[in-house]
Amino acid sequence: MTRSPAAAFQSDVGLEVHVQLKTASKIWCGCPNRYGSPANSDVCPVCLGYPGSLPVMNRHAVELTVKTGLMLGCEINRYSKWDRKNYFYPDMPKNYQISQYDLPLCIGGAVEIDIGGQRKRVGLTRIHLEEDVGKNTHYEGRSSVDFNRAGTPLMEIVTEPDMGSADEALAFLLALKEILAYGAVSDCNLEEGNLRCDVNCSVRPAGDTALGVKTEIKNMNTFKGVHRALDHELKRQIAERTQGGAIVQETRRWDDEMGVTSAMRTKEQAHDYRYFSEPDLLPVVLSKESIDEISSTLPELPKARRMRFEAEYGIPAYDAGVLVADRALADYYEAAAAASGNYKAVSNWVMGEMLRALAETGTEITGCRVEPEALAALVRLVDEKAINSTGAKEVFQEMFERGGEPQGIVEARGLAQVSDTGAIEALVEQAIGEHPDSAQDVRNGKEKALQHLMGQVMRLSRGKANPQLVLELLRERLSPGA
Amino acid sequence: MTGGDMSEFHSRTVHEVAGLLSRGECSAADVTEDLIRAIETHDGAVRAYVHLDPEQALADAHAADVARAAGDDRPLLGVPLGIKDVLNVRQQPCTCGSRILKGYTALYDATCITKLRDAGVTLLGRLNMDEFAMGSSTENSAYGETRNPWDTGRVAGGSSGGSAAAVAGQLALAAIGSDTGGSIRQPASFCGCVGVKPTYGRVSRYGLVAFASSLDQVGPLTKDVEDAALLLEVLSGRDEMDSTSVDQPVPKYRDALTGDIRGLRLGMPREYFTEGMDPEVEASVRAAIEVCREQGAEIVEVNLPHTEYAIAVYYIIATAEASANLSRFDGVRYGARVPGEDPIDMVGKTREQGFGEEVKRRVILGTYVLSSGYHDAYYLRAQKARTLLRRDFDQAFTRCDAIVAPVAPTAAYRLGEKKADPLQMYLGDILTVPANLAGIPGLSVPCGATTDGLPVGLQILGPAFCEERLLRIAHAYEQASGGRRPPPSMHPESKGAGS
Repeated sequence: MTRSPAAAFQSDVGLEVHVQLKTASKIWCGCPNRYGSPANSDVCPVCLGYPGSLPVMNRHAVELTVKTGLMLGCEINRYSKWDRKNYFYPDMPKNYQISQYDLPLCIGGAVEIDIGGQRKRVGLTRIHLEEDVGKNTHYEGRSSVDFNRAGTPLMEIVTEPDMGSADEALAFLLALKEILAYGAVSDCNLEEGNLRCDVNCSVRPAGDTALGVKTEIKNMNTFKGVHRALDHELKRQIAERTQGGAIVQETRRWDDEMGVTSAMRTKEQAHDYRYFSEPDLLPVVLSKESIDEISSTLPELPKARRMRFEAEYGIPAYDAGVLVADRALADYYEAAAAASGNYKAVSNWVMGEMLRALAETGTEITGCRVEPEALAALVRLVDEKAINSTGAKEVFQEMFERGGEPQGIVEARGLAQVSDTGAIEALVEQAIGEHPDSAQDVRNGKEKALQHLMGQVMRLSRGKANPQLVLELLRERLSPGA
Repeated sequence: MTGGDMSEFHSRTVHEVAGLLSRGECSAADVTEDLIRAIETHDGAVRAYVHLDPEQALADAHAADVARAAGDDRPLLGVPLGIKDVLNVRQQPCTCGSRILKGYTALYDATCITKLRDAGVTLLGRLNMDEFAMGSSTENSAYGETRNPWDTGRVAGGSSGGSAAAVAGQLALAAIGSDTGGSIRQPASFCGCVGVKPTYGRVSRYGLVAFASSLDQVGPLTKDVEDAALLLEVLSGRDEMDSTSVDQPVPKYRDALTGDIRGLRLGMPREYFTEGMDPEVEASVRAAIEVCREQGAEIVEVNLPHTEYAIAVYYIIATAEASANLSRFDGVRYGARVPGEDPIDMVGKTREQGFGEEVKRRVILGTYVLSSGYHDAYYLRAQKARTLLRRDFDQAFTRCDAIVAPVAPTAAYRLGEKKADPLQMYLGDILTVPANLAGIPGLSVPCGATTDGLPVGLQILGPAFCEERLLRIAHAYEQASGGRRPPPSMHPESKGAGS
């Protein structure tokens, strides 16, 4: 049996993920750390690299990095330091980037991913903190630089080459993003460049222990882009190797429009960054107490929360997954579930009507008008059969648009379910009278016709009849013996 | 008050003028006008100033007079000072002696400038220097060399040559300079004024355009020790904007000027009195040390065994840091810009044409010692040797309270004499760079002259944050040796063979 070329090779993928931290100010100065200001307005002598200016470390940026390290199971370096990484580029205010070279804040750690139902551990090499650079725009014969972004605290998470495919890399990024969002260390907004990723990948004949020659891919702006670029690059490497060619260690650029990678620079052309200790900043010394303090602020992580949701609320793994994926949504669910007690029903409402309405209106759960207690009250009305499901959806929509209490809406709209047997009997008679053929079909045992008649009764009741009662009365009235 | 016409404020010290001002015996405008007149008359020969805005200086002086009339009694209110062209002063040029910063106007005040302003000081003008403080003669300035007021055919020393020449030449009451490897002490010695290089971290570096960040310190150049104490007190203290500034209480430095140095042990390092030293310089320094002994100090011999490595270590560490510090001068955001085909080309051309020879030499040297494959052999080894040099001083200070030595192996040399031979120029820094490498304070106080009438300086080094002790010794010596030396005659015919 001949094996496909892809099966004869094993892929090894490692990522460098850059995360903009959610601090009020920049990493070395007091300028606001925010997106979308007019070009070169959030700047000062420090983040513009003016002569004589000096950096002063933003402690909060360090704390958020340590928090990330703790969430990801890293070892926190009690003593770390800053280094200058030297290279010229017009978007770099100082033409060196203050980063961390040999003593980063965090070492090791891992992220667990789910691949086809199997758990897999992707190891981390390190996490360090550095400064973001400005943004270049090139026009015909002219270039401009916006330095608003320069000095944004940027955390770099470096993984081991533990991922075996583009799918695994994507799963890693999604899992990482979920954790970062849980820790509130970053807004994780991809459109605003909060999360950016470089990829290292190589292929080796299956069974070989030594990694193949790697290439680095840059310029992916979305997670989908990372997946496509990796998929393309791994296939390119395998094709190259299959045809007896060799992989050149180089940096390649992803062209999202063309869907290809192309060589940017080889190892020989690689930068010599000439790292050395940053003399303008003191080393970062973290006391055990300060690390413990950050430890005490750690949120329950998504994985643990999913497991707890399954155990505590007895909801299916699928539900837990959907709810926990968004920390705010999960918080909402917990509040509503606690107020209700009918955990599965609340889950159905949140995953169904709520997510649909949020998506349709582009709203965030945090800005939702439906209070968790109101949703719980709605579930109770349904459980008590005071309202049927059609009415309940109408009430939900009303609450979503304008807020308010379900009971009040039910009363105001006359949506209370009719369970008065006499009233429903009259409607049943009316429906049978109007649809004698269907009635006959039911008598002949045709279930479908029963559904039709039931719909007619509900229509006549303007949706308010208790469907259970309608069904019972119809069956009673049209039983074969009747 | 010592001699001279009442209107000759320019020949007075800061504390004298501050006294006249506070007693209402003159106005700040009188003082500033007199200094501007002196500069206009004599700076053509000395070339200490690179920027002077007489109108602004006078306006500031008038403002100080108005404030005083309204009851403002800050100690230095209305005292004008000269500033080395390496410190940012808002809305003033700051060229660092370089073409690449031509046209640059500072956006903010350096912290030490803010402190001086808070004390009431007004700013007279900007003083020449070796480009980016790289040099020991102030011949490496894109704006022409500064000359020694004692002999305008000779160098003023460097890199704070403009500051020292202005103070010695009576063109400034005092000046603020910076010292990375002797840049305050050596020109002070060459020009015959007092210069203090404070402990690393004593004075904020915020706003000082960096040459070598782990070595740079700001300090005063003054006519006497009392002024040095006065200004050091103003400049010193922790600054939130400089993480390397140290939170140590700032003493009242003038209280240390008791004249009493009895029982103090002064160490003479064997390695600082070696062959190659000008015999007249050595004789002056030994005579000064003898004066200290007569004042009750005990003279002991000490060893600083790693001194021979200091020059190599210094020129590796300083150039490595400088290679990164000077990267920001690229024409993108400020300063001169030479157009190019694309941004990268523009940066290359701007740096090629903007930097002078010595700066390029040091940037290339610094880039080399940090390069992959050479980093460990040069930069890392230099860092280890720096630790050894620091330990030399720790060891020495167990045996003595302060170290006394020459500042430089020679007095001021002729213009152009060493310019062609950078290594010779570097070797002249051997006695000053160790203090920067160790982070300890150093002071230069005039101690006589050569037979040519060229000033010689006595260097006093002490443990970190012991500036009080250095000032006390310098002051005791100054008083015992007859007080401040008379200034050089500045008549045009006394000018030397300078071009």
